[in-house]
Amino acid sequence: MSFLIAATLDEALHALADGARPVAGGSDLVVGARHGKAPLPEHLVAIDRIDSLREIHHTADGLIIGALVNHHTIETDVAVTGRYSALSDGSALVGSPATRHVGTIGGNVMNASPAMDTGAPLVVLGAEVELQSLRGARRVPLHELWTGPGRTSAAPDELCVAIHIAAPMARAASAYLRLEYRRAMEIAIVGAAASVTLADDGSVASARVALTAVAPTIIEVTGLGAGSVDEVVAAARQAASQQARPISDLRASDHYRRHTVGVMAGRAVAAAARRAAGESISSPLNRAVGIGAS
Amino acid sequence: MTTPSTTTNTTTSTTTSTTTSTSTSLDITLHVNGVDYPVHIQQGRNLLSVIRTEVGLTGTKEGCDDCECGACMVLLDGQPVNSCSFLAAQAQGRSITTVEGLMDGDEMHPLQRNILDEGGVQCGFCTPGMLVSATALLARTPSPTDDEVRIGLSGNLCRCTGYAKIVAAVHRTAAELAD
Repeated sequence: MSFLIAATLDEALHALADGARPVAGGSDLVVGARHGKAPLPEHLVAIDRIDSLREIHHTADGLIIGALVNHHTIETDVAVTGRYSALSDGSALVGSPATRHVGTIGGNVMNASPAMDTGAPLVVLGAEVELQSLRGARRVPLHELWTGPGRTSAAPDELCVAIHIAAPMARAASAYLRLEYRRAMEIAIVGAAASVTLADDGSVASARVALTAVAPTIIEVTGLGAGSVDEVVAAARQAASQQARPISDLRASDHYRRHTVGVMAGRAVAAAARRAAGESISSPLNRAVGIGAS
Repeated sequence: MTTPSTTTNTTTSTTTSTTTSTSTSLDITLHVNGVDYPVHIQQGRNLLSVIRTEVGLTGTKEGCDDCECGACMVLLDGQPVNSCSFLAAQAQGRSITTVEGLMDGDEMHPLQRNILDEGGVQCGFCTPGMLVSATALLARTPSPTDDEVRIGLSGNLCRCTGYAKIVAAVHRTAAELAD
């Protein structure tokens, strides 16, 4: 048994190389251990005081979000809410104020839950995860990172240090919505994120859609073409319901999830298109469009 | 219960300190409501159980033990945290505030007085967590809207009051503190 509070990234990487597991806020690790999901690791390295991982860098190329940036920071960062709105839409829905303070973007991504609220937004924004170990650093697209519920392709000694997101093009915007039964402490029944780039005539030049809680991982919808906003909304609805592979559990049946994920996908495309056209729709989109009990 | 150190201004261990142990237990110091408490704990212990058992402050409650109900809410460096799901070992060197820390000597905090006056306390089990979450809310949003109060308290469940009187107490406190 060992417990180390790492002061630097180098200390943390050495601990991981020696077999320790990382803990940031602990909201997945500690709760999971109590539920018997996985016992608390014998060797732990606390990474929450590595200040270099707690910063958001805005560059000409886009956004670099340190792995320790929490959901509260993301939901209130003006640059994120303005240009990467799907991500702030998602982070603002996570848990409660307490969860959003202890929960980190790196923890959320590496926990690899198919119901995570930041996952679909990051997919449609084309995000890559930066993994680092004593052996070096590499960047991994999300579809290569998530291999199943709670499983990633990261090696045990690799630490997620940052999320990289390319700057959106002109006349592009994004949005994330989820179906929820209550407004707080909720897990997505289903969810959908969309990013839309408009052509000069106001039609959709390209769109990406990703889905939450309808497959073993977050999945991206394929086969969406260009067209009028209404056409792409209809295509997203149909494709999302067709491509979803939902399960039935205590929160919803597979049948209900398959139907509602299409509704969410269509609404996400429509909201992203409105934002891309310059309309200001506040984050989280769930509140702006009135989803969830009031 | 561990005897607290006698001074309240002892320098806490710096945030760059490292703690290693090859055994299953750790000797750490928790800084709770301005007082240092040295404790000897198993490394997997959650902050809630250590505050209640070793530190001996039982205002913080265990409800769901699952990060859902908010009865265990404490402030860690001023931010709300579900102490049931936070490792005690990770809280060393941080400033922890529990509901007991809201008192000013024998004087209740305005939030405490107002939640009583408004009838926002029935069984009382959720009250400490509500007070802690409301404290964090008012620190960052001194004049919250109704929606902001409800979001600020959204991690705290109450099965008695129906919330309206708790929300009223927060508004009343905000108005008082603004005067």
